Amino acid sequence: MPATDNLVEVENVNFAYDSRHILKGVNLGIRRGQVVAIMGPSGCGKTTLLRLIGGALRPTQGEVRVNGEAVAKLGHDELFALRRKMGMLFQFGALFTDLSCYDNVAFQMREHTDMPEELIDDLVLMKLQAVGLRGAHRLMPSELSGGMARRVALARTTALDPMLIMYDEPFAGLDPVSMGVIGHLIRRLNDSLGATSIIVTHDVAEALGLVDHVFFMSEGAIVTQGTPDELRASDKPPAHQFVYGETDGPMPFHYPADDYARDLHATEGR
Amino acid sequence: MTALIDFLENLGGRATGSVHRLGFASRFLLLTLRNSGMCLRRFSLVAREIYFAGVLSLIIILVSGLFVGMVLGLQGYDTLVRYGSSSALGVLVALSLVRELGPVVAGLLFASRAGSAITAEIGLMKATEQLAAMEMMAVDPIARVIAPRFWAGVISMPLLAAMFSAMGVFGGYLVGVQLIGVDEGSFWSQMQAAVDFQEDILNGVIKSVVFGVAVTWIAVFEGYDAPPTAEGVSGATTRTVVTSSLSILALDFMLTAFMFRGA
Repeated sequence: MPATDNLVEVENVNFAYDSRHILKGVNLGIRRGQVVAIMGPSGCGKTTLLRLIGGALRPTQGEVRVNGEAVAKLGHDELFALRRKMGMLFQFGALFTDLSCYDNVAFQMREHTDMPEELIDDLVLMKLQAVGLRGAHRLMPSELSGGMARRVALARTTALDPMLIMYDEPFAGLDPVSMGVIGHLIRRLNDSLGATSIIVTHDVAEALGLVDHVFFMSEGAIVTQGTPDELRASDKPPAHQFVYGETDGPMPFHYPADDYARDLHATEGR
Repeated sequence: MTALIDFLENLGGRATGSVHRLGFASRFLLLTLRNSGMCLRRFSLVAREIYFAGVLSLIIILVSGLFVGMVLGLQGYDTLVRYGSSSALGVLVALSLVRELGPVVAGLLFASRAGSAITAEIGLMKATEQLAAMEMMAVDPIARVIAPRFWAGVISMPLLAAMFSAMGVFGGYLVGVQLIGVDEGSFWSQMQAAVDFQEDILNGVIKSVVFGVAVTWIAVFEGYDAPPTAEGVSGATTRTVVTSSLSILALDFMLTAFMFRGA
């Protein structure tokens, strides 16, 4: 067991797609047992950071460690062994559309364990009960509402009791009630499983009411971090603009463009 | 001059692009073969896909086979009767089907019925992040999604081609013997005497296996490689049907040239 108290450590990570720099020198540590949010405007590199932690991408520079293991240095089998201890909830749930809710939750149990079907049956129903959807176990994903699909996906994500749960925009496109339900479940599952959770989101109100710690990203770097209260009180311009939803600030309203007058074909003689 | 250079550049770009893609597809096929162990051990995964690719294609294959056989019966009789050899109708129908029409037409139908469905399904699974989710659950999508579909196609195709041919022979019999009145005895006995198991049937089966590999390989690759958008998936589905149909026709010519040299 590593000496550090952090489950996830991101050290000086840079990431670029060809010449497009997405992450620039990101450093962060996520303590065991906490629920943390990585927030920031669209396109600031939040999801990329999550994919680096999950080993779906490799950093161009720097190191990401999960439970003391450098993710990018792991071979295929070791990475898959590490991923069995991780769960990831995708933006729209990513349920397998050809399997029922029940089979979706049972998927990992059947793929990774030799558990007898009776045991799997009990476990699946318990997981679905925890998200309030035991009664829907026979339904197909196409028969679920957005919020229900997200909850089934959450049950599937926690099927093998992961030590790290990652959420990619868990609140996107949900009504306020479903949003509250998902937020409540994230907290409850994290605490009951003794897991650590990372939520990537730009939903300020929901996330700040839920998490222990916030990392605020802008343009590929962490600009500020702290508890939700500290972030609310932050005077860093990007964080302030974001938390209070101001239309103009460091994040400009206009996409960079040529001179407006010239674009409108205005000439001096006209 | 610049137009010429542009043209050459464009041509070269397309050529190298196609070669790159072919190389990528070949590596993908190797990866699929290397990751086939799991689905062959858990054969229920393949069986499920055989149902979707094979069993659900049965209706179109059987009905088409029947009609192709019936048309062969009409056209064949029309030609043969001029030479007074209408009793050879059975031979004509059977050889046309087992050597050529069975594998080729069943392959074309299989490409449009099952190949397009496989591409669309895999493409949509990718677009809705199901493949990424599977990978994050430490399950390899190549082993769990691609390999079972590939083997299901390879297994289904020869069976479908065989059923197409059988149905075609029956169609030829219906028209030739029942409708036109060709002698039933000579229809069957000449067919039995002239159709060779190794020369005709086995070569037909080899063709259908090759077409099965080609169509399913193209279908799974196009699906896996599709850009994760509605436009990307629709483009990939179209490419599957076009590329696999053309491949079937080209491969058929090559295989025929090797197999049947009139010796």
